Amino acid sequence: MVDIPEHLLQRSAEARAKALGISIEQAMAEMKGQSDPTVISKEPEVKVIDETPTPTAETPAPPPETSAPAPAAETVTPIKEEHAAETTEKVAAVKIDEKPAAAKPPPPAKADAPDEVDFAPEVKVTQRLLTVVKAKPIQKPVKEPIDKVNTWPHLMLPEFVALMAMTAFLIFLSAILQAPLLEEANPNVTPNPAKAPWYFLGLQEMLSYWDPQIAGVMIPTVVGLILWMAFPYIDRNPETHPSKRKFAIMFYTFFLAGAGTLTIIGVLFRGPGWNWVYPWIDGIWFDDLLDWIHFE
Amino acid sequence: MSFRDRLKETRAKASDGFRGGKLMSSIFRPGSPFRKGYVDSPRNRSYVVMNNVLYHLHPVKVKRHGVRLSYTLCLGGLSFFLFIVLTITGIWLMFYFRPTELAYVDIQNLQTTIAFGSLVRNMHRWGAHLMVLVVFLHMSRVFYHGAYKAPREFNWVIGVILLLLTLLLSFTGYLLPWDQLAIWAVTVGGNMAGYVPVVGAQVKFGLFAGLEATTATLLRFYVLHVLFFPFIIVIFMAVHFWRVRKDGGISGPL
Repeated sequence: MVDIPEHLLQRSAEARAKALGISIEQAMAEMKGQSDPTVISKEPEVKVIDETPTPTAETPAPPPETSAPAPAAETVTPIKEEHAAETTEKVAAVKIDEKPAAAKPPPPAKADAPDEVDFAPEVKVTQRLLTVVKAKPIQKPVKEPIDKVNTWPHLMLPEFVALMAMTAFLIFLSAILQAPLLEEANPNVTPNPAKAPWYFLGLQEMLSYWDPQIAGVMIPTVVGLILWMAFPYIDRNPETHPSKRKFAIMFYTFFLAGAGTLTIIGVLFRGPGWNWVYPWIDGIWFDDLLDWIHFE
Repeated sequence: MSFRDRLKETRAKASDGFRGGKLMSSIFRPGSPFRKGYVDSPRNRSYVVMNNVLYHLHPVKVKRHGVRLSYTLCLGGLSFFLFIVLTITGIWLMFYFRPTELAYVDIQNLQTTIAFGSLVRNMHRWGAHLMVLVVFLHMSRVFYHGAYKAPREFNWVIGVILLLLTLLLSFTGYLLPWDQLAIWAVTVGGNMAGYVPVVGAQVKFGLFAGLEATTATLLRFYVLHVLFFPFIIVIFMAVHFWRVRKDGGISGPL
């Protein structure tokens, strides 16, 4: 059983007590199911009003009608208790206007005895808790809750370890491998071969096949930059699982293989005059790698 | 009570007094493990991230699958970390380097006479190569996970720009040792720029600050390398990291 907030319980108990003319404690007990609900056998003070207006014969107020509302009022109470049990936080108190019961006396009354008749006797003006409506959104959000963990320590600790490992690796590498430093720059002496940094050697390799306009400019800017940046806008397939985007995976893998092959050829298999060499026969013609060989 | 126990107690008391004192409490915000009385609780776990300007790059919580090392291999974080390492070693190298005819002598001095000069220079060079590699691998990882798809399309575009800036940073740095390797590698690369249609000659002239690589080129590349490109790349990195969070954190699971 869900707890009803105390202040709401109190408020409805007050209303009930006022309506039925019982004590608040009694109403509370009834609502909690500790005592039998008070049954109103007859219309209490409403009848007083009932009698006053009757003289005016305009409204046919047949006796059956008078009795009808009373049971209706009674049936309401159990509903209230059932629903009250289900309450969560938000509660909407629905007003029951007792006026239907007193409605028969209606308008003509005021013409007769305006001052004597109390139009708002205590019993008449009541607010009662009819039902408690659970607060529910009209639209149900379909989003599933995401399984999350605290960044500290679950992400930051592995991250820290990765950083430390990388630092150790870099220091180790720098301790055993000497960065190349050739003779001082001399624009008059061209080394043979003159190679670009390794990440451009795939391009330099392509330059030996095609016109520089194509290999040096068109391919890097059109393929390397524009196509690459536009890729998410070209690939409109929303799937992320590899089995559902085979073409994209294949495309990238071919690109990787192609770029990797060209770069490796440029770094290792090109010697003087950009001629084909075998690194295990003719040696390495790439200065950044020189010390890697000296090391052994 | 033995002397050892008393020593232990005194030390614990001093440590508590220090960590709980006004100084440490003023430096470290609530929830910091460096403050007195830190306990491992969900609330403090949130505070550790929220109340630290550096850690605040992260959200308080991340998707469980993203924490698995095999998902990201930490490549994005390592790219950023290598950038930081390169910044630190680079600033250190700047103390000993003049982008003039003396550049080559300065590098020689670094390698021979300055304490740790050789190590730091090596770290800077290998770190730069490593960063190009790691950034590229990061891009490949993102591609294979389809992580560039909506809503992360634009972050992919920024990522490609970051890769380009990484290459430019590495390329401009390649000239600085001012040896035969440097000048001719840059000449090869700069000549490629000369093939740009229509404005090729102008681009090449602007890059070399002349018709061929000279000390004027060296100065130009130096400024681009130590100031201009780092400045630009930091801006793009900030947007990149910010977008990672705004687009809902890491992608996936697959």
